[in-house]
Amino acid sequence: MKLKLASVALGALLAASPALADLVFPDLSYRTGPYAAGGIPFSDGYQDYFTLMNERDGGIGGVKARVLECETAYNTEKGVECYEATKGEGALIYQPLSTGITYQLIPKVEADGIPLHTMGYGRTSAANGKVFEWVFNYPANYWDGASVAINYLLDANGGDLSGKKITLLYHNSAYGKEPIRTLEDLAQKHGYALTAIPVDHPGQEQKSQWLQIRRERPDYVIMWGWGVMNQVAIQEAANIRFPMENFIGNWWAGAEHDVAPAGAAADGYKALNMNRIGDLPVFDDIRTYVADKGMAAGDGSNIGKVLYTRGMYAAMLAVEAAKTAQEIHGTPDITAAMMRDGMEALVMDAAKMEALGAAGIGPEFGVTCADHGGSGMGIVQQWNASEGRWVALTDYIAPDDAIIAPLVEEDSMAYAAENNIAPRCE
Amino acid sequence: MFYREAGDFKTSYTQDSQTFPIRFDRFRYYAVLAVALAVIPFVIDDYWASALIVPFLIYAIAAIGLNILVGYCGQLSLGTGGFMAVGAYACYKLMTAFPDINIVLHIVGAGLVTAAVGVMFGLPSLRIKGFYLAVATLAAQFFLVWLFNKVPWFYNYSASGQISAPERTVAGIPVTGPNTEAWAQYLICLVFVVVLAWAARNLTRGTVGRSWMAIRDMDIAAEIIGVNPLKAKLTAFAVSSFYIGIAGALFFAVYLGAVEVGEAFGIQKSFLILFMIIIGGLGSIFGSFAGAAFLVLLPVLLKNVLVGGLGWPTDLAAHLELMIVGALIIVFLIAEPHGLAQLWRTGKEKLRLWPFPH
Repeated sequence: MKLKLASVALGALLAASPALADLVFPDLSYRTGPYAAGGIPFSDGYQDYFTLMNERDGGIGGVKARVLECETAYNTEKGVECYEATKGEGALIYQPLSTGITYQLIPKVEADGIPLHTMGYGRTSAANGKVFEWVFNYPANYWDGASVAINYLLDANGGDLSGKKITLLYHNSAYGKEPIRTLEDLAQKHGYALTAIPVDHPGQEQKSQWLQIRRERPDYVIMWGWGVMNQVAIQEAANIRFPMENFIGNWWAGAEHDVAPAGAAADGYKALNMNRIGDLPVFDDIRTYVADKGMAAGDGSNIGKVLYTRGMYAAMLAVEAAKTAQEIHGTPDITAAMMRDGMEALVMDAAKMEALGAAGIGPEFGVTCADHGGSGMGIVQQWNASEGRWVALTDYIAPDDAIIAPLVEEDSMAYAAENNIAPRCE
Repeated sequence: MFYREAGDFKTSYTQDSQTFPIRFDRFRYYAVLAVALAVIPFVIDDYWASALIVPFLIYAIAAIGLNILVGYCGQLSLGTGGFMAVGAYACYKLMTAFPDINIVLHIVGAGLVTAAVGVMFGLPSLRIKGFYLAVATLAAQFFLVWLFNKVPWFYNYSASGQISAPERTVAGIPVTGPNTEAWAQYLICLVFVVVLAWAARNLTRGTVGRSWMAIRDMDIAAEIIGVNPLKAKLTAFAVSSFYIGIAGALFFAVYLGAVEVGEAFGIQKSFLILFMIIIGGLGSIFGSFAGAAFLVLLPVLLKNVLVGGLGWPTDLAAHLELMIVGALIIVFLIAEPHGLAQLWRTGKEKLRLWPFPH
């Protein structure tokens, strides 16, 4: 039985492999399960940008881009299956949009020599390029995010947070636990009291957590949520009449679908963001060249939304890295190893983003051999329920590198010691 | 025609009670073993190992373990995911605490730790039965997952709460960690499966297994004829947890390499393995394999056919996959409530008479 199934599956697999000689960008997406609300717009943006490249520019440096979509449902076992199924097709870069899957893939991509880009998620200490040769997490990571949130609160309180109570409401997984250490160190520095409250996967039941928040009356609640957890948390916050302007989500807890279910009650909710919001010229191109021709990955309704923009930004960074790699190696047909060189030499400045029709979509940053983490800057945005849109409250805020750099160093060196990795870039 | 007892004379009691009394079956068994041991390691690639065969083998071990408890001893358990987590975390702690000791010993050690934990959570089974016991084991599931999330010692105080398997070797060949070859990953799982399945088969038809089945069929009658319920139930919990612990250790160390307890060993894992043995057949070693194959390979096969073969959108395929697997489970259970193992037995009976059924 096993053999029969296996041979049928093999036949199907072989039949599915089209001709090579494209630039292959696997998209490990999730359009099903409790995290689909975030996975769908991100994946739509990611794929549409590659379609735009093919339709408008005739590919990247003249070579067509091919996106291989594989459904992970945010599940690590399916993520591994997707990785193994696509890596043989000449995959140039993986962006799994899941911290759990990232942890699976880090050792695998290092052994297979394929770059992994985890934009604003994944393993934070991968920012240390001396240890993590194949992993990148520019332009920002979780610890930057936590620090940006605290810096914003410092600003709002005249530079003093001592005696304040801050609660972290987090998804009880690797993803949600990432910021705890940073927030603890920052608590020592700035003198606020931190309480961390976990929410178990998938986060549909948060009554007890919000009861605790109601009892403890913290000054601020910071949320590290994803998927259905965000919607429930915002609704529960509204139920206990927690002041929304004191409730700050991270950049994965600040999209339109997170706040929409709570209606007018969500007005004033804040969230971090690592990419700009609002209309950009590139969206018009996507509408003209992709959506109007019926080639959009989704139904086209997500264009311009927060996570769509971020997915498109992820694709844009991949395309720019590929172009850089083509320049460095002087060939349009790049391999995964060349792609890595391109990512390591990537520079995103204002002029480049302007030329791409996406002025100020992200902070300016440059990647180097030792620094795979980018600038780490983020903005704070606020939800305006009556107009139904996010409003940027700040310009890009810098994180507190004095706290984060030693943490990154410590964690990545522990990884290097565990896995016998000699630091590079010396 | 080939599949019959005629001409296959048994001259001793041992021969008469062997696992495969029919010659054809015996040779088929040896042929499967030979292919698994001598052919597959040479042709297997990363995709086949990581996506299909290694998870199938590991789930087969877990299904055999649960089948011992539920199918043979009649004690309903919903704590499988939690016990797999015990195996995984025990293996992780052993691997990192004693890096010089062979990984095989760590995996067996993880099984022993899980057996001890299983016996502890099996104690309520002496007082409560059926659905009430299911609820008690459900408590084990939630407690264990909570414990491994809550106490940082279990994940060596890592920032993310993830555990990841460092590289360990058997006879100089890495079997865990990123540099593992597909065949090494496959072979270590296969060796565990073969040894454990062989042990399970022989345990279940010996004294211990008979006492389990007596308890399952009617515990009061079993007690009257001299079966000690304490011993029978606790050994069932111990052996079952040992198997599940080994499956958990392999799942973490060899298959995934890094796990997070809530995601990898949640309640859905308990249900998945329970469904495997219900579909495969309660109280059957073959059923454990068939059920594991059904629930591990079929979704991947459907995905490859729908997305790879027909080019349908991935979300549509993912939803269809759930519907098709669900529908097939219902069809199977209506057509044959005793699972795939019973279909297999019926098939063999028919084959014995073929081509002259009357």
